[in-house]
Amino acid sequence: MHQGVFRVNETRKVLSRAMKQYRSFVILAIILIIASVIAPSFLSFNNITNVIRQISISATLACGMTFVILTGGIDLSVGGILGLSGALSASVLIKTNSVTLAVLVGLGFGLFCGIVNGLFISYGDLPPFIVTLATMSLFMGCLLLFTSGAPITIGNDAFKFIGKGEIFGIGVPIIILIVVYLIAFFILSNTPFGRSVYSIGGNEEATRLSGINVKINKVYVFAISGLLAGLGGVILTARLGSAQPTAGQGYELDAIAAVILGGTSLSGGQGFVLPTVVGALILGILTNVLTLLNVNPYVSNILKGAVILLAVIIDRRFKTISAKAE
Amino acid sequence: MKKTKRIMALALGMMLTTATFAGCAKTGTPAPTTTTAPTTSAVTTPAPTTTGNKQIKIGLSMNTLNNPFFVDVKSGVEKAAKENNAILTITDAQNSAATQVSDIENLIAQKPDVIIIDPADSDAITAAVESCNKANIPVITMDRESNGGIVAAHIGYDAIKSGNLAGDYVAQQLKSKTDAKVVEIQGIMGTNVAQNRSKGFNEAMARNNLKIIAKQAADFDRAKAMSVMENILQANPKIDAVYAANDEMALGALEAIKASGRLKDIVLIGCDAIDPSLEKIRAGELNATIAEPPFFLGKKGVETALSVLKGEKVEKTVYLQSTLVTKANVDTIKTKE
Repeated sequence: MHQGVFRVNETRKVLSRAMKQYRSFVILAIILIIASVIAPSFLSFNNITNVIRQISISATLACGMTFVILTGGIDLSVGGILGLSGALSASVLIKTNSVTLAVLVGLGFGLFCGIVNGLFISYGDLPPFIVTLATMSLFMGCLLLFTSGAPITIGNDAFKFIGKGEIFGIGVPIIILIVVYLIAFFILSNTPFGRSVYSIGGNEEATRLSGINVKINKVYVFAISGLLAGLGGVILTARLGSAQPTAGQGYELDAIAAVILGGTSLSGGQGFVLPTVVGALILGILTNVLTLLNVNPYVSNILKGAVILLAVIIDRRFKTISAKAE
Repeated sequence: MKKTKRIMALALGMMLTTATFAGCAKTGTPAPTTTTAPTTSAVTTPAPTTTGNKQIKIGLSMNTLNNPFFVDVKSGVEKAAKENNAILTITDAQNSAATQVSDIENLIAQKPDVIIIDPADSDAITAAVESCNKANIPVITMDRESNGGIVAAHIGYDAIKSGNLAGDYVAQQLKSKTDAKVVEIQGIMGTNVAQNRSKGFNEAMARNNLKIIAKQAADFDRAKAMSVMENILQANPKIDAVYAANDEMALGALEAIKASGRLKDIVLIGCDAIDPSLEKIRAGELNATIAEPPFFLGKKGVETALSVLKGEKVEKTVYLQSTLVTKANVDTIKTKE
């Protein structure tokens, strides 16, 4: 008798834990079903890969953003880093014609910007929101100054392959996305650094008292976010065949929205990296379906906002139900 | 102790933010740009609207300088100012109507002879135009009009006509096709230019009995237009023509169309005639664009301003000629000097 009750409780716990981790998948499934019913051209192999290719850049940024938000921080500067890294990468490519060097400069500069953010936040003891708001404006300004407001066009096909090429029929940005998420998943679940990320977000003071170097770990987190923004810049430049003076504007909001739709708590400590890509997918599918249906562009923004709100409400409901079960 | 630290941090952060924003406002404007500067000490107070051999001071308020179109407008103004030995001060409102109003107040404080405005918003600029009227400084608007205040002259391209021109070209190209399907990619749908280009294009479509099967906004942005076009291509197996309301978007759409392998089935037309799109026309990838060279807009703005200062009679509204550019005339088109 007792054992029976115990078993029921145990199954419930497992279920609720699964629900907690995968509730964004449930929302995705609902949206997928609705999308394929109302837009017949939605469910084709071509269109699905099209959507994933389109979200690959914002999902890459969102991956770095997950690390930052897990520690309880925020990074508003990723769009600026993306634009500036892409432009530097493009100009290095034009000067040297070396794809490797161009990619390295793009990634390296992103990493550098991230470290700068992290140093201000950790060792300057400043709130991430304000530091990255300032650097966002700073990077965007530098981008305009650097490009003089005009796009930098590139002609190198090997470089463009990063954004447009396919390997076994799968777009290169999609492959990069998968690799990035696998690495991020491994880091978060299997390394001491990953555990400290959660622990900092859960309780920073306690983490410090337990002997973990909180400051340096926070720098790492922003460095990851910067590096991935640099990567996003390289991919976007390759995809468009040019670096745009306005590139990256609004990307930070897409990335944050994806992380939140993925169920990661804005106050830190709770969340997983794989649902973030699901969050990005939900956003991508929304845009895609609204265009497929040729919805009036005025209305589509309203619908997008409404669906995000609805998804967050459903998500909250799941959370309360699973909390009760535990 | 901790609280003080926090407040300090916040204050520091705020300072940093304001500092960067302030730094940003100057982007592309290396301080007040003095085109020709022999002796321009602040001591000489210029009497407004008198012309003699004295150098004329022009204030230019741009709505943005992060878009090649407006950068070219600025170049046109700079060229004409230099030719006429005028002193030029430029501000960049970064697409913000509020910033632009304070920019213009700052310009008024420097007492220029004339102020040329490229408004970010036709309604919001009214307040700034009225301030200029009050200070007795004549105002010239370019590109977008002001919906209030007294403006000495407006120089612009006729956006409705531009849309018409694009629509008629598409109609002519699709003459032999039955049941032709057309796609329209729109700009930022809160701006006059986007509204009017769209209006003109739709008029031409209706006149020629052509059907627009998809109409989506991509905010004059290349990356957005590429994604929008990719989605439209997925939804519509048959597309005969695409009109993008500016060249940046046309180039984005072109990338998407090329990737789908449907380049030869689709007539693609943009607008603005920026250099990269002229190259694509030469290469036979983009079919056409509408030339509304921004450089001449800026140049004409200064020339009109000088006429106003000399007391000559000027037209209230000056429309510059928009021209259709195709492979046939691409090499004869002049977009700059």
